[in-house]
Amino acid sequence: MRRLTFSWDKGVFAFLILSIFIGSFVTPYFATSSNLSFVIQDIGEIAIIALPMAFLIIAGEIDLSVASTLCLSSAAIGYLFLHGIPFWMCVIAGLLVGLLCGVINGILVTKFGLQSLAVTIGTLALFRGLCYVLLGNEPVNQLPESWTHLGYENIPGTFLPYSTVLILVLGAAAWIILHYTRFGRWTFALGINADAAKFSGIPVTQMKLVLFAMTGLMSGVAGVVYTLRFASASPNGASGYELAVIASVLFGGVAIAGGVGTMWGVLSAVLALGVIRSVLQLIDVSANALLIVSGGLLLISVVLPRAIEISKSHRKVANK
Amino acid sequence: MQKKLVRVAVALIAITALIGTTAPANAAGVKGIKGGLKIAIMPKALNIGYFDAWNKGAQTACKEIGARCTYLGPTEATGPAQVQFINKIIQQKYQVLVISAADQNAIVPALNKAKAAGITIVTSDADVAAASASSRVTAILPAESARIGTAEIDWIAEATGKKGSIAILSAAATAANQNAWIAAMGPYLTKTYPNMSWVGGTVEKSVFYGDDDTTKSTAQFNAILAQYPNVAGIVAPTTVGVKAAAAEKKSKKAAVKVTGLGLPSEMAPYIEDGTVEKVGLWNPIDLGYVAVYAAASAKSGSFDGMVGSTFKAGPNAKTQKSYKVVPGGITYLGDPFTFTKANIATFKTIY
Repeated sequence: MRRLTFSWDKGVFAFLILSIFIGSFVTPYFATSSNLSFVIQDIGEIAIIALPMAFLIIAGEIDLSVASTLCLSSAAIGYLFLHGIPFWMCVIAGLLVGLLCGVINGILVTKFGLQSLAVTIGTLALFRGLCYVLLGNEPVNQLPESWTHLGYENIPGTFLPYSTVLILVLGAAAWIILHYTRFGRWTFALGINADAAKFSGIPVTQMKLVLFAMTGLMSGVAGVVYTLRFASASPNGASGYELAVIASVLFGGVAIAGGVGTMWGVLSAVLALGVIRSVLQLIDVSANALLIVSGGLLLISVVLPRAIEISKSHRKVANK
Repeated sequence: MQKKLVRVAVALIAITALIGTTAPANAAGVKGIKGGLKIAIMPKALNIGYFDAWNKGAQTACKEIGARCTYLGPTEATGPAQVQFINKIIQQKYQVLVISAADQNAIVPALNKAKAAGITIVTSDADVAAASASSRVTAILPAESARIGTAEIDWIAEATGKKGSIAILSAAATAANQNAWIAAMGPYLTKTYPNMSWVGGTVEKSVFYGDDDTTKSTAQFNAILAQYPNVAGIVAPTTVGVKAAAAEKKSKKAAVKVTGLGLPSEMAPYIEDGTVEKVGLWNPIDLGYVAVYAAASAKSGSFDGMVGSTFKAGPNAKTQKSYKVVPGGITYLGDPFTFTKANIATFKTIY
């Protein structure tokens, strides 16, 4: 089992390198500094949410409400700004709204002992509905340019968007926490066997609450990034992002059943998704076909490990 | 593979250019517009009949000016989805972008980047927010609000022989668009058609509200006939209302004339059997066609999009139509497009 996951994220990394190589080969527009900037901007929100999502799925839970949380955070920013609140306070409020959404999910799952899948399908609809309540059908624009330029401009003198810094810092933090701290080890323990984890003294309830809260907060961070990047807040923002996030996490080698995964696999997968999307667009593959990519990656990452497992156990039986 | 396709495309363009030089209309290449422009035509989303028609108009214009046009865009009509494609066309070094904005704000930062990269942008069908108007050269939109109202008065006057009293079957009492059109109808009728009048004396007292609901619109149609048996015509400035009115006129075999804003696909049976002579709406084909001319003229330096500036659309100097930019940087096509027995067969399959 351990050897299998090790080779899976190596495989994803190789896949990333290969797609970059092929991309540079098939289109002259891909390997340019401006395109790199677009790719990073494009995956920014997905990368930021994929980090806590990896923890959550490793711990045996899931959060489907992340895109709606992102939207609600963005809607809160827009709504408050429309009502004359200084923008920096709106941003803090947006982060708090994200955190609150996560805490609500966490409480429903831990205190009421509900399935996270069911809970977060509910909050997916609930938070999205609240976006429409807050903003009506009208998007908010005219956000201060001193802020929004952080969303779509590059860091002066470089070809990297500002979100690069955020992704690097948060990504490094998530990596260290998952693989080099007690919190990280406990996260794995939760996913391997929650009961065993409880009996060995791990505070399971608090752990899960923290994981959901972190996912909410990071969705709030992504909400801020999204709001700045599009210089507006709209009630239908980021629709479908939960699929892209979960697809990247699973494609990155995190087992849907929990207990298995690496941060480096997840980050490679998010990047690979961005690269593939960019290359396919640049070689003029129609948007109709692009839809297939996320879904296809999701299926491959769920089906392939299982297929390998089955073929291995068959071989074992045959060897006996 | 791609190179091959490009070669085929170049060959095709060359062939059309050759045919063009022999044809009197000068099919490929128009005076004042550079040939061979690389143009992106971006709808709000793919797979929508309305935008396929819009693209049809754009492609016709592209052929006439000898441009290389590509129809591309997202599958969902959202700003963020469109932004990915705007980034793509920046990468692929397109020279011109004709776009129907799926979100009036979210695409603006990307449009500004495209503009900075030297791409000439014209919005068509749906514009960006007024505050962001500087991101595009001009917006090609159907018709001025007032003219949408007054054109409908012209149609009903034509149907009733310019006499008799008329009523309006509108959408909701709070519908801003309809109210603006209706406000323009009142003084226009009095001024232009002295032998016509409102059933209730004034325009305000002659409006019935069907709330864009088929059942309610039908009931209101019957209420007009019951209250004013001598009513000569009913104007329904809403697609739901005009369809309900036409259907009820047919089943009641009522003599009253009906016109308004209707979708050709929905109104086709009533126009084909003579229940209704004429309805109007915007024509997406023209929106796409004129937008390509505006954008290509701007790219070629013969049009700058300033208020009062003009550009021409059409393959030859004699039949070209001139368009003028009005405040807000908007260019209106002019009158709404009308559907009659003569053209309904073509348009009913489009939208």
